[in-house]
Amino acid sequence: MLTITGYPDRIYAHPCDTVKFMVSCETPITYRAHLVRIICADDNPKGPGYKEEEIASEINGEYQGRKQHIHAGSYVTVPDARPLSRLESFTVQAFIWPTTPQKGKQGLISKWSAKDNSGFALIIDEQGSIALEIGDGKGAIERVSVQRVLQLKRWYRVGAAYDATTGTILVYQLPLIPVPEIADGGTIEKTSVVRMAKNKSALVFAAMAAPTHSGLDFYYNGKIDGPRLTSRALGMFDCEALIDQIPQRLILDIVGQWDFSRKMDSQTAYDISVNRLHGNVVNFPARAMTGRNWSGEIMNYNEDPSQWGAIHFHDDDVYDAGWDADFSLTIPAALKSGIYAARLRSDDDEEHIWFTIGPEPDKESEIALLLPTASYMAYGNDRLGMDGGGAELLNDILNVINPHEIFLNDHVEYGGSLYDAHSDGSGICYSSRLRPLVNMRPKRQGTLGGFGGSKLWQFPADTHITDWLEAKNFNYDVLTDDELHDRGYQLLAPYKVLISGTHPEYWSTEMWDAFDAFRQRGGRIMYLGGDGWYWRVAYHPDYPGIVELRRTESGVRAWPAAPGEYYQSFDRRQGGLWSRLGRPPHGLVGVGFAAQGFDISSYYKRLPDSYKPEVRFVFEGVGDEKIGDFGLIGGGAAGLEVDRSGADVGTPSNAYILARSENHTNTYLIVPEEFLETAPGLGAEENVLARADIVFFTMPNDGAVFSVGSIAWAGSLSHNNYRNNVSQITENVLLRFLDPTPFAT
Amino acid sequence: MPPPSIYRVDPIRDLPFAAEFMKKPVGHHSPGLQRVLHVFRGEPLKDKYVLVTVKPHEQWQLARLSGERGKPLTRLDAFYACLEEAERDVFRRRWRDVTGRELAIPAEAGA
Repeated sequence: MLTITGYPDRIYAHPCDTVKFMVSCETPITYRAHLVRIICADDNPKGPGYKEEEIASEINGEYQGRKQHIHAGSYVTVPDARPLSRLESFTVQAFIWPTTPQKGKQGLISKWSAKDNSGFALIIDEQGSIALEIGDGKGAIERVSVQRVLQLKRWYRVGAAYDATTGTILVYQLPLIPVPEIADGGTIEKTSVVRMAKNKSALVFAAMAAPTHSGLDFYYNGKIDGPRLTSRALGMFDCEALIDQIPQRLILDIVGQWDFSRKMDSQTAYDISVNRLHGNVVNFPARAMTGRNWSGEIMNYNEDPSQWGAIHFHDDDVYDAGWDADFSLTIPAALKSGIYAARLRSDDDEEHIWFTIGPEPDKESEIALLLPTASYMAYGNDRLGMDGGGAELLNDILNVINPHEIFLNDHVEYGGSLYDAHSDGSGICYSSRLRPLVNMRPKRQGTLGGFGGSKLWQFPADTHITDWLEAKNFNYDVLTDDELHDRGYQLLAPYKVLISGTHPEYWSTEMWDAFDAFRQRGGRIMYLGGDGWYWRVAYHPDYPGIVELRRTESGVRAWPAAPGEYYQSFDRRQGGLWSRLGRPPHGLVGVGFAAQGFDISSYYKRLPDSYKPEVRFVFEGVGDEKIGDFGLIGGGAAGLEVDRSGADVGTPSNAYILARSENHTNTYLIVPEEFLETAPGLGAEENVLARADIVFFTMPNDGAVFSVGSIAWAGSLSHNNYRNNVSQITENVLLRFLDPTPFAT
Repeated sequence: MPPPSIYRVDPIRDLPFAAEFMKKPVGHHSPGLQRVLHVFRGEPLKDKYVLVTVKPHEQWQLARLSGERGKPLTRLDAFYACLEEAERDVFRRRWRDVTGRELAIPAEAGA
């Protein structure tokens, strides 16, 4: 059972930077912290064994742990201001598209005090109907409900008006497109004996004040578009006039007129009224979502943002856990580049809050390992083994549930990955590292890690590469996607060789361009993974540690982006597969995602190209035809997700196709973009496309690319005490890539 | 999540495939065995059999999922020191659940 979880405020650091460590203990225990350098995060007894190096540090010592909470659920809060606090009579209105209308009480637009039950709240009530609550601050609450059940995923105009003089309350919910025989619309008017008391609370959209840790509850699931607030109780005719341009006769009544289509990359909800009551958007609900007026005629919100005026709120959205720091570390100059962690130990648990230390300027090594931290965020806190659906069917092996997955199931508020769904079934399109990502830790196994063996995925699997570099005595620096995105090509420029992680799947445009610049300018690249450069993502320009993904059109997709929601809110670009955006990974690194299966891995066999003199260096000292018929990830070097080459998909025509995997099981199925027509034979026992290819090609300026196209490759490096053909080939290529001599062509 | 298989496992016709599974629970399977496994492995999340790691790389316990996020799984009184043995045991249980009959293939004969 996990009892300690934590996260750092930054994922990469350099000497003199300060890293803060946020820790939560389930019970108030004392824990021991120690700085360590992680070398091999695999504790499989059949492998090289877990390796970390203890480092003397000011942070080493005992700390008193405490429980820190995560407050999941997204909402907008508008700080109280005179036009709000003075409200007596009012009208509220919005368009909504509810996704869980019957989950229980949900706040839509509220100015409520949980201390004395004063104020008002437009809600969805327990029956799934729109209702208004007002409180007199003395204990009496009036609720007026339309008493009609909202249908899920349909647009409604909803609202309420309250006349403080007469006590008259009007509440309505009107479907924009009524359905015959479905009585989901209505209006109700009632005179209340309860009179609303004013308060100083914030105005909140998509939640409501409550006596909880966060002060909020009743989080709403669904879209809200165009909320309006007036200082007068309007009738139905005037409410309808609030929809678009406010008519002159109502201008003086407007208190707030929020337009969520303004600055959709920000965390501000803009009030376009004269009061400028801008709201703060909290916990990253989905923005750039189609609004109630989306025509379907245009797909790109940049052409007419007014059709994307909806925010999709979720009761389990989370961005920054916002914990207090337990301690911090200022990086000493003496520490070499690597993966470091604050190792926290109690009597029954261990946590590693890891981060990387990069080199001091002008002291770079010749080799850089790029940890795919964007992909770590994408898979961070995945729930694939427990509620992710078809993992066992896809993998053809039983799901193995580990303690961290049980912890996640018990702690919904830690959020999911880009592979999971929100509680309302919509896909999670943002993922943050400013919360504990409990699966991206040493020793922790993953659902997709293959049968038996080490069963590692992403971060711990990538330490098979650091372990090998150490075993072979190579000096290397550790870089991250986050830093590559921030600093661009200048980060890579000092290096001779760039080594990828095992599964660098998610790339921002800035990362891609920096990587390609390195490739074009003489950099040498070793892609020691599979399914790389597959999805475009965006980092937020202002908020650190969060990426956005739109799963559009095609590809292996855990969920589909909805029509009209293909453009990323963070950077205005169309999201989706890089191959659909005109940048096939095959053109970049020679191979691209072809098939996946998660039972057993297989091996490669050498192809005629491998005997050509120009590439003899790759196989120097390798007598075997079969490459990698051993390993810790599924038992072979070719497995999990595998990439193929092909002139038809963009592999450069100067590429040497050195080896090809074979004998995969039929759970290896080709990816959706590899077939257009339905046809039999999509599995690897029949389909020639379901394979991994090893390729090498040269680039201008003495650059070169070597790609293995398999996630499992690195798991074979340590076999037989690092004496094996996978290790030999990797070493041959690395040594040759360090040698500046131009390649023979 | 993919839809469940509509194939009906037949305790007579599919018996050879069960024997095949007992010999080799993980890896290449005949098309007939794959068809049976699509039924077994595609069962819905509620009450789905899973393994829970007791000691990493050493011991696993059988459990059933709640099928609902936030609700705990239920651990069963079955422990394994070998993942292939766990696969065989769950296959037997599912065979019984789906066909109503015990699978009359001893593990030793398969293994």
